[in-house]
Amino acid sequence: MRMIRCFVPGLLLCLLIGLVPFAQAQNDDAAGQALLEALAVSSYEAKGEAIESIITSGDERSRRWLDELLDGKLQRHKDTGRFVIVLENRGRNWPVIDALSFEEAGEMSRRDLDRIGINNALRGQLQSALAVLDLYTDDVDDRRDAARELLGSVDAAMVEPLRELIGSEDDAEVRRLLEQGLAIHRLNEGDIEAIAELEGSLNSRVRAALNSATQSDDPLVADAASAALLDIEQKLRINSGLETLYFGLSLGSVLVLAAIGLAITFGVMGVINMAHGELIMLGAYTTWGMQQLLPGQPGLSLVLAIPAGFAVAALAGIAIERGVIQFLKGRPLETLLATFGVSLILQQLVRTVISPLNRTVVSPEWMSGSLMINEGLSLTLNRLFVLGFALVVFACLMLVMRRTRLGLEVRAVTQNRAMARAMGIRATRVDIMTFALGSGVAGLAGVALSQLTNVGPNLGQNYIIDSFMVVVFGGVGNLWGTLVAGLSLGVINQVLEPWVGAVLAKIVVLVFIILFIQKRPRGLFPQKGRAAEG
Amino acid sequence: MWLSRPFRERSTQLFLGVLLAALAAVTFLNLALPADNPFHVSTYTVTLLGKYLSYALLAVAVDLVWGYLGILSLGHGAFFALGGYAMGMYLMRQIGDRGTYGDPVLPDFMVFLDWDSLPWYWLGFDMPWFAFLMVILAPGLLALVFGFLAFRSRVTGVYLSIITQAMTFALMLAFFRNEMGFGGNNGLTDFRELLSFDLRSDATRLGLFIATGIALALGYVICRAIVASKLGRVSVATRDAEARTRFLGYRVERFQLFVFVVSAMLAGVAGALYVPQVGIINPSEFSPIFSIEVVLWVALGGRGTLYGAVIGAILVNYAKTVFTGVMPDAWLFALGGLFVLVTVFLPKGIAGLLGYRFRGHRFKGRHSKRRSSAPDTSTSDTSTSGTREATA
Amino acid sequence: MIPTLPAHSSRWLAASLLSLGVAAPALAQEDPIKVGILHSLSGTMAISESTLKDTVEMLIEKQNEEGGLLGRQLEAVVVDPASDWPLFAEKARELLAQEEVDVIFGNWTSVSRKSVLPVVEELNGLLFYPVQYEGEESSENVFYTGAAPNQQAIPAVNYLMNNVGVERWVLAGTDYVYPRTTNKILEAYLKSHGVADEDIMVNYTPFGHSDWQNIVSEISQFGSQGKKTAVVSTINGDANVPFYRELGNQGINAADIPVVAFSVGEQELSGIDTAPLVGHLAAWNYFMSVDTDANYDFIDAWIEHTGDEMSVTNDPMEAHYIGFNMWAEAVRKAGTTEVDAVKDAIIGVSVPNLSGGYAAMMPNHHITKPVLIGEIQDNGQFSIVWETPSTVAGDAWSDYLEGSRDLISDWRKPMECGNYNVVEGSCGSGQAEAAAE
Repeated sequence: MRMIRCFVPGLLLCLLIGLVPFAQAQNDDAAGQALLEALAVSSYEAKGEAIESIITSGDERSRRWLDELLDGKLQRHKDTGRFVIVLENRGRNWPVIDALSFEEAGEMSRRDLDRIGINNALRGQLQSALAVLDLYTDDVDDRRDAARELLGSVDAAMVEPLRELIGSEDDAEVRRLLEQGLAIHRLNEGDIEAIAELEGSLNSRVRAALNSATQSDDPLVADAASAALLDIEQKLRINSGLETLYFGLSLGSVLVLAAIGLAITFGVMGVINMAHGELIMLGAYTTWGMQQLLPGQPGLSLVLAIPAGFAVAALAGIAIERGVIQFLKGRPLETLLATFGVSLILQQLVRTVISPLNRTVVSPEWMSGSLMINEGLSLTLNRLFVLGFALVVFACLMLVMRRTRLGLEVRAVTQNRAMARAMGIRATRVDIMTFALGSGVAGLAGVALSQLTNVGPNLGQNYIIDSFMVVVFGGVGNLWGTLVAGLSLGVINQVLEPWVGAVLAKIVVLVFIILFIQKRPRGLFPQKGRAAEG
Repeated sequence: MWLSRPFRERSTQLFLGVLLAALAAVTFLNLALPADNPFHVSTYTVTLLGKYLSYALLAVAVDLVWGYLGILSLGHGAFFALGGYAMGMYLMRQIGDRGTYGDPVLPDFMVFLDWDSLPWYWLGFDMPWFAFLMVILAPGLLALVFGFLAFRSRVTGVYLSIITQAMTFALMLAFFRNEMGFGGNNGLTDFRELLSFDLRSDATRLGLFIATGIALALGYVICRAIVASKLGRVSVATRDAEARTRFLGYRVERFQLFVFVVSAMLAGVAGALYVPQVGIINPSEFSPIFSIEVVLWVALGGRGTLYGAVIGAILVNYAKTVFTGVMPDAWLFALGGLFVLVTVFLPKGIAGLLGYRFRGHRFKGRHSKRRSSAPDTSTSDTSTSGTREATA
Repeated sequence: MIPTLPAHSSRWLAASLLSLGVAAPALAQEDPIKVGILHSLSGTMAISESTLKDTVEMLIEKQNEEGGLLGRQLEAVVVDPASDWPLFAEKARELLAQEEVDVIFGNWTSVSRKSVLPVVEELNGLLFYPVQYEGEESSENVFYTGAAPNQQAIPAVNYLMNNVGVERWVLAGTDYVYPRTTNKILEAYLKSHGVADEDIMVNYTPFGHSDWQNIVSEISQFGSQGKKTAVVSTINGDANVPFYRELGNQGINAADIPVVAFSVGEQELSGIDTAPLVGHLAAWNYFMSVDTDANYDFIDAWIEHTGDEMSVTNDPMEAHYIGFNMWAEAVRKAGTTEVDAVKDAIIGVSVPNLSGGYAAMMPNHHITKPVLIGEIQDNGQFSIVWETPSTVAGDAWSDYLEGSRDLISDWRKPMECGNYNVVEGSCGSGQAEAAAE
């Protein structure tokens, strides 16, 4: 990091002062080659200097070069010394374009290419340098991000240009962030008034600056910084409470998703389906398969994976029902044994047919990152989506069970099978549909889980026991029970976790379930009426 | 005397006869025949058979509560593992100062974690009598507390199964923690000797095999005695119609508790015999999947027959040994397929296939009738179905 | 008839168990050399171990194409210990006692090695263990071709301290013996370099932990105190995917708080979308991106063996490559596969590694390795940003731990001791007794 300091201020300065470099274009190939040649050294210090000279060269291609350098795509042919940009760097042979002319240059073996490597320090500084450029873009969000990126990295040389920039900036948020950036700089110089400007900010870099200010030699500054910090921490406490609640609901939503399918097959049909976890796994693998079919479109494939995952798992469910469970009517405990066998087979099938290794499932752009509520609290988007998805799935299930003919028939068959058959309901068909529904929902859970965790043969195993706990805790046969049980177990777990650690939190939750069942032997929401006695 | 009753039963006589004959045969084939004789049984095989027998004892314990009491325990692995840990702790203390760090008292992993003294729950385990007592008492106590709570509040059926699962799962997580002082994930290992017999010698291995066989025989007799006594008949009544039995004036939960505790103790003994033969005890024995597997052995062999549990345990584990060697890539297909086929086509397990029906063994009366005449009930399990009938 | 069944079945069982081991090789004129492979092909560890089985099979094939060893062909004996630790011991016994293999390549987890160890020692087998591990062990019969803590953890921390300027440390690991030992060594090491107690945060999670929200939030809290912070991760296999995802989503990037991992390699990354992880670090002794001809040849052979253009290589595979070649070299040198002769011959054997240098077997049964630090790239590979100037010899007993500081291991004659106490001048008492027998 230290060595980077030597070039970055100068770089930032010249970027800020009217963007000199890009004014005069001189795209001479020989000069370009020489600029790039300077990058192909092993010392990171020398690379830093080479980057600086690229920026100041005024070459129009420099932005692209820097971007490709950041991505590790700028490479050099070992024998010819020609610089190329790699378009796709997986596999053995890579398609490349010429780095000087940007024209296609066929394929090259990775064996013959030398990557121009950068390290973290270089990358970080390069990123913030490029961020400065974004301060001049038209897009407000980009400008805000750029301004946020600059917090904590403002130094003396940048003060004046930044002041000018603030004057010409229309967006209040960008202005505020830049002011804060300047304030941090002033605070570092020992200016006590800067603290007033930073008060109340929840940004972590502001806090970092205040924290180091508390170590200041000037007791006045140190005291003021401590006071400001105290105030900030008070605000953060509310934040962290909300955050824990969100974590809990998020974990709970995962539990609900995993368990809700089981609540149908187990709770409604009485089938103890040990292969439930593997049905979840099938859903996750379907997401992966979709992404293989539609490379480069993670968003679309994820959306398509929702019906596909449902269908695949539902079909597998029908196969299990027809192949195994229909022979075990009235022997629910034996369904446990047979489906355990099915789960072993499914796991090994995935290992043999696909791979024993985990598969990569890419998150679409709109599911990565987080939603910023305030500077100290942001909700991770993928989990927010899963939470929403769980609630939607639950609502749909409730609709199906309450408002459709299928739901009516399912409830009828559950309550009194013989009577339902006498009324002309085809119980076998209802069984198939119910099991397919429960399995399909497990598939949906798999689609969602593929965004949170490993997609591999063991995926199902990790959720099966938790799922049973949730269903039993909520009360077998009650979908509301499953929802409440899942969410509350999630929240309890996350509230406990910071105090006692992840393992003990889980143990405490399990012991809590055991004791709770003693108190209410039929779960949170026991089924009422004659059906419950069955 | 109630313990002598089983010896008058033909089934028990046969079982004991076969078991003891097998023990004698293996011992003879191991000791008397030279190693190059095709009928020689190697010490490797003897140890393997010893392991199967300890699993068989565990399966008998599970069958006692499942087959005769109607309690499907998905947590018997916990009792097995507790017995195993008690034995393991004794074996650890026997290592003495021969550990890596040469500490005369502390096991290696404690030295490593910077513990300066033995935690209180390790005290006494250097004395064999205390350790062996704990083999029985530790699982017994857990079963007593757990069973007291569960049976008192009449937790039944699936709820009971799932909380037994929660129990073993919680214990597994707890034992995985290094702070617990049971060696964490690595468990207890590198045992040297048992009652000053070298665990690596062939004679000790054979001895352990024979001891396991005898323990299995004793366990079987105890279970048969319980089953054949009045206690056993009340248990079966509880299994088939819990509410009705209660209304007849029996304190059902006491019977349940007694049988449950005995079963847990047997599982503990099985665990204690298992550990020196495989040479390691680790929290994975607590894993709920293992407990489910044990239930599968019983189901495969034939629930509610005791000898079926023995057959199932030995058969499945033998299959596992062979398949993991012969078809390492595909053995799970075979095992999974076996479970599916047996449950679908052999509802009474192998014991049912053999067509053997000893008096008092089979599911009697309405239970078996229900199976054939009303195949479409979707209720949860035997004990709750009894409740329904009683309330109807 | 039930009465006959158990007796019948047990005899049949015994006989068939025997026949398994005996029938096949009896026919061959020149017995092949048997190589046991003890890696889980099912269960939780199959994810990591199954490729190692393929690696050894590939190496055996290659050796056979070159004419085998000592004029004999090699034959792989594969068993599946199914991620079940007692089964590891049983299968090791099967390999040594029934199959009578000449050498075993196997194991991944510490507990499986601990489970197998007494068996290998009792039956005097040879075991090559290819995974980075916690040290604190030296067995006469085991050769540790993976990294000891001083070949991975300490150089990585040095790099962060000196080249990145890290002052605050999060030591996050899965709760088992490897992370515990590594973190203990690192804590001692960091404190000896003037890091204060409050600048170290230690956190353990269970296996397969999937909900990292709280912990990642704590880490980002810990990292916003004004000092450069890094996470040293000994998080095991499966738990890494949700961990890195959470890191990415909570916006912790490598420039703010870099994570250096000791258990995340190319294979683990092949299950993760690495775009948000660019710049996070890993320390290994080999990366697939190492730019040498030997490595490219190895990768080509591996791709040909698996038939998958996209298959990756990783550090434990290189360890098996080195271990296998060392064993073959020692067999050639000894002129026999007999265990004791090979054990003596292998010390000092030196074979090329894949990163352009040589690996030598040290008297403590560990090998010399270069230490490489790599940054994760968007294509699931690592870009090497730093490496040790020369190779580092593996240290069985850490210099930073009370109790093992004074121990050394030397299996050459006349010392032949795995835990010789240099202060007391004696071999550990257990070993002394074993030697006396």
